[in-house]
Amino acid sequence: MKILLETLRAEFGPAILGFRGEGDDSVVTVEQSISHKVLVRLKEGGFNMLADLTCVDYLGYGTLKTRPAPSHPDRPAIWTIEPYPTRFKLVYRLMALDADSGLAGLRMAVDVPVRAENISRSVKELWLNADWLEREVWDMFGIGFDDRPDIRRILLYPEFKGHPLRKDYPIRKRQPLARPRPKAAEQTPDSEPLRP
Amino acid sequence: MTPEIKAPDFLLTRLDAAVGWARKYSLFQYPFVTACCGMEFMSAACAHYDMDRFGAGFPRFSPRQADVLMVVGTISQKMAPVLLRIHEQMADPKWVVAFGVCTCTGGFYDDYATVQGIDTLLPVDVYIPGCPPRPEAVLQGIMLLQQKIQTEKRR
Amino acid sequence: MKRSYFLNMGPAHPAMHGVIRLVLELDGERVLDAQAEIGYLHRAFEKHAEDVVWNNVIPWTDRLNYVSPLINNTGYCLAVEKLLGVETPERCRYLRTLSCELSRLTDHLTCVGASAMELGAFTVFLYLMKAREVLYFCVDRLTGARITTSYTRVGGVKADLPAGLEEELRAAFRQVRESVKDADALLTRNRIFMDRLRGVGVLSKETAIAYGITGPMLRASGVPYDVRRSRPYLVYDRMDFEIPVGSQGDNYDRYLVRLAEIEQSLRIAEQCLEQMPPGPVCAEGYEAPMPAARMADLGKKGDIRALINAKSEGDPVLEGSGRAQKAGISADAPAAVLPPKEEAYGSIEGLMRHFEIVMWDRGIRPPPGEAYLPIEGGNGELGFHIVSDGGEKPWRVRVRPPCFFNMAGLHEMIKGGSLADVVATFGSINMIAGELDR
Repeated sequence: MKILLETLRAEFGPAILGFRGEGDDSVVTVEQSISHKVLVRLKEGGFNMLADLTCVDYLGYGTLKTRPAPSHPDRPAIWTIEPYPTRFKLVYRLMALDADSGLAGLRMAVDVPVRAENISRSVKELWLNADWLEREVWDMFGIGFDDRPDIRRILLYPEFKGHPLRKDYPIRKRQPLARPRPKAAEQTPDSEPLRP
Repeated sequence: MTPEIKAPDFLLTRLDAAVGWARKYSLFQYPFVTACCGMEFMSAACAHYDMDRFGAGFPRFSPRQADVLMVVGTISQKMAPVLLRIHEQMADPKWVVAFGVCTCTGGFYDDYATVQGIDTLLPVDVYIPGCPPRPEAVLQGIMLLQQKIQTEKRR
Repeated sequence: MKRSYFLNMGPAHPAMHGVIRLVLELDGERVLDAQAEIGYLHRAFEKHAEDVVWNNVIPWTDRLNYVSPLINNTGYCLAVEKLLGVETPERCRYLRTLSCELSRLTDHLTCVGASAMELGAFTVFLYLMKAREVLYFCVDRLTGARITTSYTRVGGVKADLPAGLEEELRAAFRQVRESVKDADALLTRNRIFMDRLRGVGVLSKETAIAYGITGPMLRASGVPYDVRRSRPYLVYDRMDFEIPVGSQGDNYDRYLVRLAEIEQSLRIAEQCLEQMPPGPVCAEGYEAPMPAARMADLGKKGDIRALINAKSEGDPVLEGSGRAQKAGISADAPAAVLPPKEEAYGSIEGLMRHFEIVMWDRGIRPPPGEAYLPIEGGNGELGFHIVSDGGEKPWRVRVRPPCFFNMAGLHEMIKGGSLADVVATFGSINMIAGELDR
């Protein structure tokens, strides 16, 4: 993993914003402008499976109001939380799977901080499942992808307005699709009361 | 003074009872299965908690051939128009069973994507709450439905 | 001139387990192209998870892959414990492994049974459902519910094994083996079954990896990847089991792989029962045994001197356990786990520890950060990506649903085949709408 990081640093320079974790939990944070190139490089380097593509909304992160004092020595100390630099973060989770032995696989994640108005470049041609994953990110978070101007929703219906997993979408705001039919038959009034 | 029971009324009530008896023991359900309750529906229909002994063992997979619409599992907003269409396609007499608490009231899915109870869309005859209801509860629900069918006026 | 028409295998369809819509472009009976439309069971799991405290997410995880709920429970709790840095005790890990394997059994039995029913083998369905019933009975005894179990907690499991469950489990395993043997005898060398499944719905290794497909589908295509071997979690590194691998990646191989995995899951479950460390553990230094109800009464009256050294004897199945039961099943982590009842009733520190976890604005507070932990679900790699901001509620819970990736590859598998094969192929994917749409 260290070699990989050095190679990326050498090629992309300061656009590699950071690196944390070790082993399976390695995460490299890259700038959005070169994220596609980094992913291409990683795919060529052997990461042949896109295990997951997701997004995190950091609106309001770091504004925790109450942090009670620890009442037990084992409780965690009060910590300071840095707000995240951008509103969203895309997380590409990659895996290198050897098709013949299938046993070992390097894993890592690529974090791409994204502003709400920016759009990222699609990776549909690199990994085939990115098609549906990007549609889900668009559906839930509203992050568009370059060269996919007609992206469709996948989990919700086209008449739905808004992107529900954003922090400013209230969970109970319903947008009903079906209206009850005008006069369905009433509960039949003539049956006897039911004995449970 | 004993009330007089006229002969035509007597015959009609006997006829209603006979028709009700025939209908309740030949339920053709359309199992509109969406979610986890489907597993309990499968258990209730299979060998251990047999639903066939109530006459309800033969699911009909076309709404035109069914008379009980068993709505099994959460109905999301996206699915609701489909449910209404299926209900429309069924011929009278038809009954609707709300199986599982998601269909009764929405369950604990009080969110943007779930219909808060199918009785906001359709008239429901029997509610079987539970998450998921045990097969014994399902069988009790079917028995309640049968009781209802027996005692209702013929339509 | 290509003459094709579109056929909608709509969301309400008898041969579709769960709600999914397939729009097929057909030329006669041959499928030229297919598009799957999902989302008919979207129930906002990830949004609900941001709305409730850490432990309360567990009932929602039950309903993800609802045929294997214990695997989802375990996966979520393992991810939160990774963020917290909590290690659960041995017995708890064995209990979780046992429950995962029981769930994997119900998952595969349901999948094989339902897909056999789609092809007309109704008897096999009834046999396998009978086997599933005995397993459900055991799960009911263990967790309190047949399907929506909510068995694990952050830092442990809800309760220990009830008395007599071992014998019931062994009897259940005998029944499962018998039913699987019957199903095998009826289907595996059955000419009709083989004709319908052999060579149909072929998925090559490269396509599977490109789509991120894992689990029995990937193994049937020839890649021996199993998270239990590759990244062992819980006690899988001590278990002796094989990974069945197919060769051609067609529907028949997937059926055989699932049938073989049932046997392997039974092996793992039996090894768990043998190797499990004994419990309830006899805690040191506490001698006075007393019935749990009496201990609770004394505590509520305030007579703590009598119960501070007590060892309560109660039903191990109840959640509010005493010291003896809790030592085996919950981690020693005051930040995450409720204290045993003798301490909660008997000392002010215990009471404070209890309140720190259950009261509003307190709660389990994992440090700010992220964690991702993959485990082997019934359909493939199930991963939970948890983001915490140090609060009492999760900031983000993302579940990597294995069905989603399997479905994304469906159109490759049915292209070029006939319409009747769509039903067979779809049945072999084991699509569970709760996991697909969350």
